[in-house]
Amino acid sequence: MNQDLPKLAWKGVSKRFDGAPVLDGLNLDVAAGRSLVIIGGSGQGKSVTIKVAMGLMGVDAGEVLVDGQNLVGQGGASLRGLFSRIGVLFQGAALFDSLSVWENIAFRLINADGVPRQAARARAIEALGRVRLAPSVADLFPSELSGGMQKRVGLARAVIADPEMLFFDEPTTGLDPITAAAINELIVDQVKRLGCTAVSITHDLASARTIGDEIAMLHGGKIVWRGPPADLDSADNPYVRQFVEGRPDGPMNTAV
Amino acid sequence: MASIAAVPTVLNPIRSLGRSTLAALRLIGAVGVFALRGVAAMLTPPWFAGQLLRQLAAIGFFSLPVVGLTAIFTGAALGLNIYTGGGRFNAEQVMPQIVALGITRELGPVLAALMLAGRVSAAIAAEIGAMRATEQIDAMRTLSTDPFRYLVAPRLAAAVMALPLLTVVADLIGVAGGWLIAVRILGFNPTVYIRNTAAFLQPSDVISGLIKASVFGFIVALMGCYHGYTAKGGARGVGRATTHAVVSSAILIFASDYLLTTVFAGA
Repeated sequence: MNQDLPKLAWKGVSKRFDGAPVLDGLNLDVAAGRSLVIIGGSGQGKSVTIKVAMGLMGVDAGEVLVDGQNLVGQGGASLRGLFSRIGVLFQGAALFDSLSVWENIAFRLINADGVPRQAARARAIEALGRVRLAPSVADLFPSELSGGMQKRVGLARAVIADPEMLFFDEPTTGLDPITAAAINELIVDQVKRLGCTAVSITHDLASARTIGDEIAMLHGGKIVWRGPPADLDSADNPYVRQFVEGRPDGPMNTAV
Repeated sequence: MASIAAVPTVLNPIRSLGRSTLAALRLIGAVGVFALRGVAAMLTPPWFAGQLLRQLAAIGFFSLPVVGLTAIFTGAALGLNIYTGGGRFNAEQVMPQIVALGITRELGPVLAALMLAGRVSAAIAAEIGAMRATEQIDAMRTLSTDPFRYLVAPRLAAAVMALPLLTVVADLIGVAGGWLIAVRILGFNPTVYIRNTAAFLQPSDVISGLIKASVFGFIVALMGCYHGYTAKGGARGVGRATTHAVVSSAILIFASDYLLTTVFAGA
């Protein structure tokens, strides 16, 4: 494989909802093995950006390239191929209410990979250990877990099949600072362990600094700044300045 | 835009009619495509047997009490009405035959289906709608599992299988309801009542009811799955999906009942 080829790239991606542009010729890429965090205000298209990369949403124009292969307009087989290579931690964890914790974690193994239930359960309990949850949690149901535990279970489910790419949608939203720090630490551990490419979206700057090798700021459907976390505080980009300082007045206010 | 705005106000009703017609055609097309995808997922592997069994229990077994209760009261009321009405031209004695015919050909499948529409279609729409709202359906896709195969196909298959069985139960209990009234209140001979019913009924009466039941089962599950799967707008959207599932199921049950009855009457 060409080492210079980005693992994932958005090329001129545009997406509109009811005529209103959400992504406007977005250009972005992430190299294999790197962790990119996309930050930005609410309604700026962060979720749409990763949903089109996960194959969950189409685009109006542009290309989404995984290992150089364009996903746009691809049918079921290509998307199934993509899904087998990715893991996703959704904002609300998106655990299946009717299944126990271990059945959630082992869902892919049982239903897509044909792993027998006993073996899948053993692997699920092993994955629980990786996110620092006790085996006794395995037989509980999602409604019996705290928000932080649900996120851990969601993370265990995302990494159980050793994906090449991980997507994190607001991984610390709704969590207290201590639990959020623990989730960030787990994310860093798992991304390192797997050596995979990671793309996260968040409003949480502490989370972005911890889990990202690079940070990109999305505004008005375009990337307006990109750099390492260490440069975030010294960036002179007015959007970044306003976002970092948390000021209500500034270019983002007028643009929205 | 200017030319549209310039359309005389007198043509507004026509414009509204056109919009409504297009919206209705879009909906019919969307439901049709959804149904075809559901049937394709039902007929081709991979199948999720565990899900099918779970749905058979939820849709079939747990609907038995409500279907049974509805059937016994309906059979009893039908019996009384036929006896009273038949008395106007000295035809009280045909009550067993008419009750059996009415229950097996019409009321058994239709009432069982309506009970299922209220109980099951709403539950399916609420469950799948909530899964849509909380990104569980997206999560399922990213876990390499087709939600159509895991969620929709087992529910369609279970309803198609369960409703005929529920209809058999409704037929038996409905006829028993008529028998109870006839024997206990109207003074019919219990053995003669049963003999008359059995002698009069033809296999086609029962079979036509069971065919109707399969079609109604498909409709009930399809409407629940479609409205749940396409639900938008959080809790409010889920509520709307539930209402739409029940209402559209009921309307389609009555419409298809008429069409199927026409077909069976011609055959």
